[in-house]
Amino acid sequence: MAVPRFWREIQSRYNLIGTKCGNCGKVDFPPRAVCPACGRKSIGKMQRLRLGGKGTVVTYTVIHDAPAQFEMQKPYVMGIIEMDEGVRLTSQLIDVKPEDVRIGMKVQATFRKLGEEGAAGVIHYGYKFRPAG
Amino acid sequence: MRDVAVIGVGATEFGELWDRSFRDLGIEAGLKAIQDAKVRSEDIDAVYIGNMSAGKFIDQEHVSALVADYAGLADMHLPTVRVEGGGACGAIALLQGRLAIASGMHDIVVVGGAEKMTDVGEVQAAEILSSTADQEWESVFGATFAGLYAMIARRHMHEFGTTREQMAAVAVKNHKNGALNPEAQFQKEISVETVLQAPWVAEPLGLFDCAPLSDGAAAVVLCEAQKARKFTDAPIRIAGSGQASDFLALHDRRDLTTMDATVVAGKRAFHEARLQPKDIQVAEVHDNFTISEILAIEDLRFIEKGKGGPATAEGLTALNGKISVNTSGGLKARGQPVGATGVAQAVEIVKQLRGEAGKRQVIGARRGLTHTLGGTGATAVVHIFERGD
Amino acid sequence: MKSGIVSYGAYIPRYRIRPKDIGTVWGADGEAMGRGLNIRAKSVPGPDEDVITISVEAARACMAKVDIDPTEIGAIYVGSESHPYAVKPTATIVAEAIGSAPVMTAADFEFACKAGTAAIQTTMGLTLSKMMKYGLAIGSDTSQGAPGDALEYSASAGGAALLIGIDRVIAEIAHTVSYTTDTPDFWRREGQRYPSHGGRFTGEPAYFKHVTNCAQLLFKRVGTTAEDYDYAVFHQPNGKFPVRAAKQLGFKEAQIDTGLCVRDIGNTYSGAIMVGLCAILDEAEAGDRIFAVGYGSGAGSDGFDLTVTDEIAKIRRNATPTTKQMIENHVFVDYATYAKYRGKILMREA
Repeated sequence: MAVPRFWREIQSRYNLIGTKCGNCGKVDFPPRAVCPACGRKSIGKMQRLRLGGKGTVVTYTVIHDAPAQFEMQKPYVMGIIEMDEGVRLTSQLIDVKPEDVRIGMKVQATFRKLGEEGAAGVIHYGYKFRPAG
Repeated sequence: MRDVAVIGVGATEFGELWDRSFRDLGIEAGLKAIQDAKVRSEDIDAVYIGNMSAGKFIDQEHVSALVADYAGLADMHLPTVRVEGGGACGAIALLQGRLAIASGMHDIVVVGGAEKMTDVGEVQAAEILSSTADQEWESVFGATFAGLYAMIARRHMHEFGTTREQMAAVAVKNHKNGALNPEAQFQKEISVETVLQAPWVAEPLGLFDCAPLSDGAAAVVLCEAQKARKFTDAPIRIAGSGQASDFLALHDRRDLTTMDATVVAGKRAFHEARLQPKDIQVAEVHDNFTISEILAIEDLRFIEKGKGGPATAEGLTALNGKISVNTSGGLKARGQPVGATGVAQAVEIVKQLRGEAGKRQVIGARRGLTHTLGGTGATAVVHIFERGD
Repeated sequence: MKSGIVSYGAYIPRYRIRPKDIGTVWGADGEAMGRGLNIRAKSVPGPDEDVITISVEAARACMAKVDIDPTEIGAIYVGSESHPYAVKPTATIVAEAIGSAPVMTAADFEFACKAGTAAIQTTMGLTLSKMMKYGLAIGSDTSQGAPGDALEYSASAGGAALLIGIDRVIAEIAHTVSYTTDTPDFWRREGQRYPSHGGRFTGEPAYFKHVTNCAQLLFKRVGTTAEDYDYAVFHQPNGKFPVRAAKQLGFKEAQIDTGLCVRDIGNTYSGAIMVGLCAILDEAEAGDRIFAVGYGSGAGSDGFDLTVTDEIAKIRRNATPTTKQMIENHVFVDYATYAKYRGKILMREA
């Protein structure tokens, strides 16, 4: 099925591996081959970087109309998080009541189940964020 | 580059059209447009079809050949092109059709857009719509399409104080316009209370903040401007077009409350047309969610940044207001068969500029604009139309 | 040269359910059941948690306390009776998630509640023999009890990871002994959703026989009695068995109190004794002696004599929430939510 497609992203999904541009220092997540700011100058200079896992909530929503994979968790909170390294990503916010989520909240990455390809299929894991202790 | 004009338009009604297939819809709109243009099959040089996801909705790819075939054009062996670009595909198809004529390659081109969204269940349809977001880094993590726009709305509320009531005003206005449009999916007015009390989809967006899933098709016939006079007394010229792209994932955008692609596409279109936002009397913008219309009227510079909510609530964008926005009812009330959207918006503008918009006519409409988005704003297309007198 | 614990980490899911709320649904006096088991609440995993996520969180908590290169971990073993896959080891996912892959070995263990301690013994051997610098032994479970069964009041979720080595040891394992027999007290056949058990047979001929025999073997091997230890921790299927076993062996309540986490989180099966050990290590001081005897149905006990070293002051014990903090960070749910999260509701087939 989609086995290789998910397997390929394990390093980024488990360990928040991104890239840092060797030319301008900008951090991207997931990894990029070309820095959006530097273009050609960055080719061959993108360095692997593991994000620290800490960030701030920039915006969020509480999702009620859920896709099949998320039926068990609805309503659930999704947010755009700006990591301390400057790059932003989209992830679920957990271990928090929807009414307690705020723009500007500090959060940190955890390891959770993202979904599965049915009862007999591969299980997908990755990052979700909880309020920073 | 040669000038291009619209000489014929046609559209199906939009809605849950159980008895009509994708083929039925495409043909119906196409034939209406061709008849409206009074062209013959032999006059047509090429066909462009905007369709987002027939492969996922009905397991059918290669719809370009399919539609030309069922329109009775197979024997003519025309070049047919299917264009994809998320929700913007119809508008991109229009631009491609225009370029084909402007370049001198063709004289008369039919541009259609169609989508059949109700043959799959709603949950699956919503997931298919989400495929225009970033699959690996947004959808996989649980971000639905509505969820992404909800996050835009939340940020806009945070930065500018936009309220749910102001967003609701978009839906109320568009339903009011839709009630005057016999082809609209919803022809009933609604109140702000109805919008505010609707069940949540993704907070702060409720059911009535979201355009529906729809079946439908629309088509236009484009013709080189000089030749157009042979077919119609009221050719509507495409005065300017602009298309732009942006980072696919919402979290990579420069500013969550501005769609840079809309800003750039709009500037390109206005620049080509040698016009300003104030020159436009009527606009069809991409209101897949209420917040999208608020961003669009700001990013197209009809309204100052941040003031889109109050402007709508105050009626500036109502029918025959300062600028009439979404007189067709918009995606919200007229309906949203994704591939058809960009073309259907053009159909509405052309009717307005011809004076054929009936009860929803904008008085003195001479210049109109369409704005269409792909994904959460990774693509934007703007066309400006002008009455040719 | 001895091997021992170099670092440790536990993870306990946030959700809890009280015995009273389980009893209400099944027409039983849940509060009385709770009192009888000496369990006030049990932990419940969220719908996006499983043994793999719990093992990763425990392993990460373990690594966070020390500055050790994860590529120096030569083996990772995860013991559980609720691995998400029957075939495809939890251990490989943990390995990727803590950055120790690919030059290392891994496998999953099963021995009811003592699969984690079996992993400790294995990694002791691997590090003592200098085959590798460190080994990671994890015990973790999201165990299930059949609806309405006595086990439903105690079967819970949690896990702990122990980094084993011979260098920078914070708690030296001077001796380990085991006592193993073929005793069918509690089992689960392949494909069955819930385990089965022998009722009262799980007491004397199973838990007590193995724990007591193993403990006495350990006393003899080390040359100690209960008084020589500052802490004792036993496998804890409920809050009664370990208390009785401890008393029989001569331990005082104060010695077993810290490690008796079952009272607030239930029986985390393969995680149970290891989580108890983590709670002890959170507060232990150099020189403290710890007596640990686990138990797994089927049946067997692994016993350990540990001595805390000076190194314990050098690790960052507060790098992540302590065991106590995790126990106290709780959200209570009702039976319906519990059943939903535990997959006990018959869903429509996908």
